[in-house]
Amino acid sequence: MSDALAPSDEAGIVEAIRAAHDAGEPLAVAGRGSKAGLLRPVQAARGLSAANLTGITLYSPSELIISARAGTTLAELEAAVAAKGQHIIAEPPDFTGLFDRVQPQTIGGMVAANLSGPRRVAWGAMRDHVMGIRAVNGAGEVIRSGGRVLKNVTGLDLCKLFAGSYGTLGVLTEVTLKVLPAAAQRATLVLRGLDPTRAVAALAAALGSPYAVSGAAYLPAALAGFVPGVGAGPVALARLEDFAPSVAYRSERLRADLAPFGAAMVLNDIASRTAWAAIRDCAPFAGMQGAIWRVSVRPSRGPGVAAALERGFGAAWFLDWGGGLVWAAGPATAEAHAVVVAAAGDAGGTFTLFRAPETLRAVVDVVPPEPAPLARISRRVKDAFDPRGILNPGRIVR
Amino acid sequence: MLPQPAANADILARRDDIVAGLRALLPDDAVIAEPLRLKPYETDGLAAYRQVPLAVVLPSTTEEVAAIMAFCHAEGVRVVPRGAGTSLSGGALPMADSVVVGLMRMNRILDIDYADRCAVVQAGVTNIGITQAVAEQGFFYAPDPSSQLACMIGGNVNMNSGGAHCLRYGVTANNLLGLKVVTVEGEILDIGGAHLDAAGYDWLGLLTGSEGQLAVVTEVTVRILRGPEGARAMLAAFRSNEVAGACVDSIIASGIIPVALEFMDRPAIHACEAFAKAGYPLDAEAMLIIEVEGSVAEQDFLLDQIKAICARHDPISLKVSQSAEESAAIWKGRKGAFGAVGRISPDYMCMDGTIPTSQLPHVLRRIGEMSASYGLQVANIFHAGDGNLHPLIMFDANDPASFAKAEKFGAEILTLCVEVGGCLTGEHGVGVEKRDLMHVQFSEVELDQQRRVKSAFDPGWLLNANKVFPLKGLAAE
Repeated sequence: MSDALAPSDEAGIVEAIRAAHDAGEPLAVAGRGSKAGLLRPVQAARGLSAANLTGITLYSPSELIISARAGTTLAELEAAVAAKGQHIIAEPPDFTGLFDRVQPQTIGGMVAANLSGPRRVAWGAMRDHVMGIRAVNGAGEVIRSGGRVLKNVTGLDLCKLFAGSYGTLGVLTEVTLKVLPAAAQRATLVLRGLDPTRAVAALAAALGSPYAVSGAAYLPAALAGFVPGVGAGPVALARLEDFAPSVAYRSERLRADLAPFGAAMVLNDIASRTAWAAIRDCAPFAGMQGAIWRVSVRPSRGPGVAAALERGFGAAWFLDWGGGLVWAAGPATAEAHAVVVAAAGDAGGTFTLFRAPETLRAVVDVVPPEPAPLARISRRVKDAFDPRGILNPGRIVR
Repeated sequence: MLPQPAANADILARRDDIVAGLRALLPDDAVIAEPLRLKPYETDGLAAYRQVPLAVVLPSTTEEVAAIMAFCHAEGVRVVPRGAGTSLSGGALPMADSVVVGLMRMNRILDIDYADRCAVVQAGVTNIGITQAVAEQGFFYAPDPSSQLACMIGGNVNMNSGGAHCLRYGVTANNLLGLKVVTVEGEILDIGGAHLDAAGYDWLGLLTGSEGQLAVVTEVTVRILRGPEGARAMLAAFRSNEVAGACVDSIIASGIIPVALEFMDRPAIHACEAFAKAGYPLDAEAMLIIEVEGSVAEQDFLLDQIKAICARHDPISLKVSQSAEESAAIWKGRKGAFGAVGRISPDYMCMDGTIPTSQLPHVLRRIGEMSASYGLQVANIFHAGDGNLHPLIMFDANDPASFAKAEKFGAEILTLCVEVGGCLTGEHGVGVEKRDLMHVQFSEVELDQQRRVKSAFDPGWLLNANKVFPLKGLAAE
C-alpha cells in the first residue's frame, strides 16, 4: 500500500469511504497496522487508517466506563485506567513480538480483532466489554450501536458483530469499554510435572472451585522457563487476583483442593505478573520462525489437539484458558495447516491461522469456513454494511 | 395503545390450509387452532396488548422446528417464537396472521459437563431449571432475571436477559458458548459450541438479544459457574436519593464490586416491606441492598469496608444480615418487588431504561415531577451498579385514560433516560412496547442499518415482524 489515507477525524473517514464507495475501490482498513500479519492479506490499492483519531473522550471510573477514539493506543488507555486503579477486563494481549512490528496497538484494532488474554476464561472476551461503538459503514454512513451504559439491549447488538470483524463491516471511530477495578494482588499456584491431560484436569478443578481463578494455563517442559523460578519440567498454573487477604486465603484453600495433583508452589505477585504477561503475549513463540495457530476447543480436548499437532508436524505448543486455547507453532506449510484444521474439527472447535507468510495465508482458510446456509447469511450481512465490498475484502474469508 | 400491523388477508383466508399443513408435519397434540385453546397465547407479560394468533405449534425437537419454519417460509406465513411468555415488552405478542412457535415442550437438559463448565439445554428449559440441575455440584447459571422461576433460556437468549447479579457475572450474552438455531428458511445452524470465541463474525453475540428477529433458538450451550463459598447481603438506608446515589459511586470508586447493588426508593421500600416483611427501613428515602460473596471472613472484610463507606454518607441505618434466612428475606423483598407493587395498585407498568449512574438523582427528581403531573404513583427499583432503572408506574387498566397516561409517562421516562446518555432498555427488550421509541435513541440511518441486518437473516420479514423496529420500516420493506 503506497497510498494510505489517515484522516484526523470521523468526517475524514466518512469522506474517504464515500469516495471509495463511489469509485468501487477497495480499501485496506487498519489502525496502526500492528495486526496486518493476522488472517489474510487484503488486496487494495489504498489504505485507510484510523490511527489519527486519537484521545480518550470520556472516562468515568465510578460508572466503570471509558470511551476513546479508535486510534488511541492501548497503552494510553491502560495508563489512564491504571491511574484510577482499574483495568481493561479482557487483559488485552500485546502480540507485537510475534509480528516484528514496532507499531503500538490501538483500541480500535483490539476491538476489531476481539483479542483477549488469559483472563478471558473467567471474565469474558474483549467483545463482552464493548458497551458502545461508533463506526462508518461501507456506504460512508456513521452508525452507533450500544452506548455508554453497562446494560443495554436496545436494538440489534452491532457492537458484538463489529468485535472480531477485522474492519470488514465498517471502520470503528470510537469505542466504549466497560472497565473494572484492578485486583490489589495476584498469586499463582504452580503444579509441576503433570502430563497435559492430568494438568487440564487440575486446571478444571481450579476453575471449578469457588475461588474465582482468573487464569489457567499449561506450559510443557520446553517452555516452562517463561515462568520464573519453577525449575525444569512442565507446569500448570492457576491464577488468583483479588484483595490481599482473599488472595492469601484462597491460595491456601486452592492448594489444599489441588493436593491430589501434587504439592503446588505459590508464585508471588511480581512473579505472577511476569508469567501471565508471557502467556498473554504468546512470548514463548516470539523468537520462533514459521507459522502460529490458535485452536479453541472445549478445555478437556486441548491436550488431545496438542498431541495431534505434535505428532503431525512436531508442533511447539502451550495451553491457556484451562486447556481450551491451544497455541501452536510449526512450519508454515499447507500440510501443517491441514493437520491443525483436522485436529480442530475433530475436537469440535475452531482455529485461526494466526501468523504465517502471505504465501500461505493467501491460499488456505485462515479460519474455518462457514456452512453454506450461514455463509449465505454472512455474505448478506457483509452486503448490509458494505454494499460494494470495498472494506478489507478477503481479510477473513477467501 | 400502539397500532399493530394489518393482518395479511390472504393468509387469514388460507387459515384452514395452513393449519392442515402444520398438522401434516407434527403430532396431533402439537398444533393448536381452536379459538378457545389459542386464547392463552394471545399475550405475554405485557398484558395490555392482546392478539390471538392464527395457530400455535408446540414442537418437541429442532427438526420439527425446522419443518415448521420451512413450511411457513414456503407459505409466506409470519412466525412468532415464544418461550414462557414472560416478556415485559411484548416480545411474544402474536399477530393475527402469525403462527406462534412455542418452545415450552423443548424442556430437556441434554448435557452437563462440569469439567468443561458448560451445559447444553433445550430452549424451553427454565432459567432456574439450569441452576437446579447443576446445584448438587455447587454450580449455577449466573443471569438471574426476576422471572427466573418461569422464564425460559430461549427467551433469555432472545432478550439478552440480565438480573440482579450482572454487575459481577454479566448478562446472558456473557454466559453463552453456543446456540442451535433454525433459520427462517428452516435450516439448522450450530453457532459456537462448547469452546470460547469462535473465529469469524460473532453470530452468537448478534443473535443474543435479537428478540426473535433473526432466527429461532432451539438449543443453548451455557457456561455454568461454581458458586461462591457464601454470600451475604446488607441494607443501608439513606435520607435522600442523592445521598444513596453518591454512596453507590463511593463504593464502586473504592475498588469493591459487590455482586449485587440494588437501589429502592421510598415507595418501593414500602411496597416490598408490606409484602416480604424483610425488615426494610420504612423511615428511609432510599435504600441499598448490597451483597458480597466469599468465605465468612472475606464477607466480613468487604462488608466492613462498605459499612465504613456508607457511614460517610450519613446513613439512617446499616444492617448486615446475620444469617442465610435474613439474606433470603432481603432478596425476597427485592425479587418480589413487582408482585408487591401489584398488591398496592390494580396494575403497574415496569419500565427498563438504563442511565449513567451519576445521573440517578437528576433522573429520580424528574420522574417525581412527572409522577405529580400525570397523577400516577411510581416506585423506583434500580440495579444501581450498572445503571439499569425500573420505574414501576401504577395505574388502573380498567380505565383507558389511566392506561394512556401511564404509557405516555413511561415513554417520557425512557426519553429522559436517552437524553441523559442512557438507553431505552437495559434488559427487557424493545418488543412492541418500545418499538416506536427507537427513533429517540437511533437515527433513521442507524435503524436502516439494523433493518438491513434483519433482512440478511429474514429477507421476507416473517420473523416476529411487529417488534423492535418502528412500523414505518416494516411497511417499507
